[in-house]
Amino acid sequence: MATAAVRSEPRLGWSPARRSAWYHFEFYRQTWRGSVISNFLFPILYLASMGMGVGHLVNSHAGLVEGHPYLDFVAPGLLAMTTMQVGSGESMWPILGGLKWTKNYHAAVATPLTPDDVLAGKVLFVAARMFFTGVIYLGVMWAFGVLTSWWSLILPFAGVLVGLAFTTPLIAFSSTLESDAPFALVQRFLLTPMFLFSATFYPISQYPAALRPVVQFMPLYHGVELSRSAAFGTGAPLAIAAHVIVLVVLTVAGWWWARRNFRRRLVL
Amino acid sequence: MITDTPLVQARGLAKSFGDFRAVAGVDFSILPGESFGFLGPNGAGKTSTMKMISSVSTPTSGDLSIFGLNPAAHGPEIRSRLGVVPQDDTLELELTVLDNLMMFGRYFDLPRAVIRERADELLEFAQLSDKRNEAVDKLSGGMKRRLTIARSLINRPELLILDEPTTGLDPQARHLLWERLYRLKSEGVTLIITTHYMDEAEQLCNRLVVMDKGHIVAEGSPRQLIEQHSTREVLELRFGIESHDRWHDALVPFAERVEVLPDRVLLYVHDGDDALRAVHAAGLTPESGLVRRSSLEDVFLSLTGRTLVD
Ligand SMILES: Nc1ncnc2c1ncn2[C@@H]1O[C@H](COP(=O)(O)OP(=O)(O)OP(=O)(O)O)[C@@H](O)[C@H]1O
Ligand SMILES: [Mg+2]
Repeated sequence: MATAAVRSEPRLGWSPARRSAWYHFEFYRQTWRGSVISNFLFPILYLASMGMGVGHLVNSHAGLVEGHPYLDFVAPGLLAMTTMQVGSGESMWPILGGLKWTKNYHAAVATPLTPDDVLAGKVLFVAARMFFTGVIYLGVMWAFGVLTSWWSLILPFAGVLVGLAFTTPLIAFSSTLESDAPFALVQRFLLTPMFLFSATFYPISQYPAALRPVVQFMPLYHGVELSRSAAFGTGAPLAIAAHVIVLVVLTVAGWWWARRNFRRRLVL
Repeated sequence: MITDTPLVQARGLAKSFGDFRAVAGVDFSILPGESFGFLGPNGAGKTSTMKMISSVSTPTSGDLSIFGLNPAAHGPEIRSRLGVVPQDDTLELELTVLDNLMMFGRYFDLPRAVIRERADELLEFAQLSDKRNEAVDKLSGGMKRRLTIARSLINRPELLILDEPTTGLDPQARHLLWERLYRLKSEGVTLIITTHYMDEAEQLCNRLVVMDKGHIVAEGSPRQLIEQHSTREVLELRFGIESHDRWHDALVPFAERVEVLPDRVLLYVHDGDDALRAVHAAGLTPESGLVRRSSLEDVFLSLTGRTLVD
């Protein structure tokens, strides 16, 4: 166009997805106070109560759990569960907010950003938040003296993968909604049962054989097992591969579905 | 500044939601430097058309080009050169006024320093400088509107799309916006405006279209439209408090067209004073008779059968 010379804008060359993620970071930077508790305090509280309370009880009655002191056993599972909570929290109300209440995703797609960019930015941001959560967990675990293997350094990455397996499908689900009422159901009938029955607090071998497939059906179970393998540097390669595949498939399928919904909802 | 290659061109442009045709095949072209208005009653399809031009809504059928580009293939490129004031504000309520502008500027990939400089100037224009660190949540409706308008200018757009920009603004803020729009126009920015205020349309638009039920029912400059669709003068008669309907038939012989509104009767005539004398001579006794020139409001009434602000 002839007018191109009139306004040549300085460009940073940031990819659109990064620009969209920047929005979320910026937003978080201003509104993070509410999440301090879940980020810093929960790991400490969980590990303290588990280690000193339940752990003490378990150790004195049953001894080691799968060859580890109880706190060592439970800590990686708690990490997986926490990233699930962070990821799912970010994938419900904030999504409906951007799409419907404040409509700022609509504002974003009126700029050079596309619905795909808005989604990618959101996922990137949530991944970063979960990674950060994982790093804090790692620090707290170190302080509690439950780190036993160098493999545990990959825990934050495992945490991100676990969290993403919840994040993208839930974003996809949230972006089909008109009201936030179903979120209470998601928490009551999906997240809470998973939290309780995904072999986070005791090994799957404690379940009756008939129930084990049900547990194995839950995504969080694979997250917990993957975290445990990472923490101890143990586990059968085939089993680890299975956990990773389940989580990756959930992430990718969720992303694909969410992209479709974002396009539908933002480009009318 | 006006040249002949259209900046926006639509041919048979249509938008359906399910079975419902919100925009039923419209043709228009907007030249660079023009300021182009869309008028029409509620639900006419103005916003749906604006969204297609803003390249955030995909046409159901028809051709649309903006800057000579097809929005389906070049959406991001087109949008980087547009400013949009949507009908509903889409601000980030939890963030401050300044941060809303910073955020938006970043979407356009502008460096922070550039955004900051522009933000200062835009906040000045929007008279929000003293609110810059206030959360948007705490602003009044009109202030939010002003911020949305300021935000649309952060990327120095070549084409500015304003969907009812002055709804909710006080008279002073309205005039400030008009002044700014004149300035942008003189700098060569093309404007597309929808409004329910006829004075605004007459002030701002070189050319406008009237939409009704998804169709364009008239097109031209405000002057042309008045000439084509209305008479030179209008005689407004009021007959006390009882229903004005009963006067319709008696008044038809005195005018080219008679419109009965709830509180008055409008007679479309060439010469209002003559008509008023004739009405009195025929023994009719309106409480008051006011003669005025035809306005866009009358064009609108004649084309859509509705008053503008309803
Ligand atoms: N997303 C949507 N889904 C279904 N119908 C829609 C949608 N958006 C608009 N419509 C319908 O399309 C028609 C035109 O709407 P539009 O918003 O374009 O009107 P408008 O001319 O801007 O009216 P107003 O003056 O009230 O802003 C209306 O009947 C509206 O109900
Ligand atoms: Mg509208």
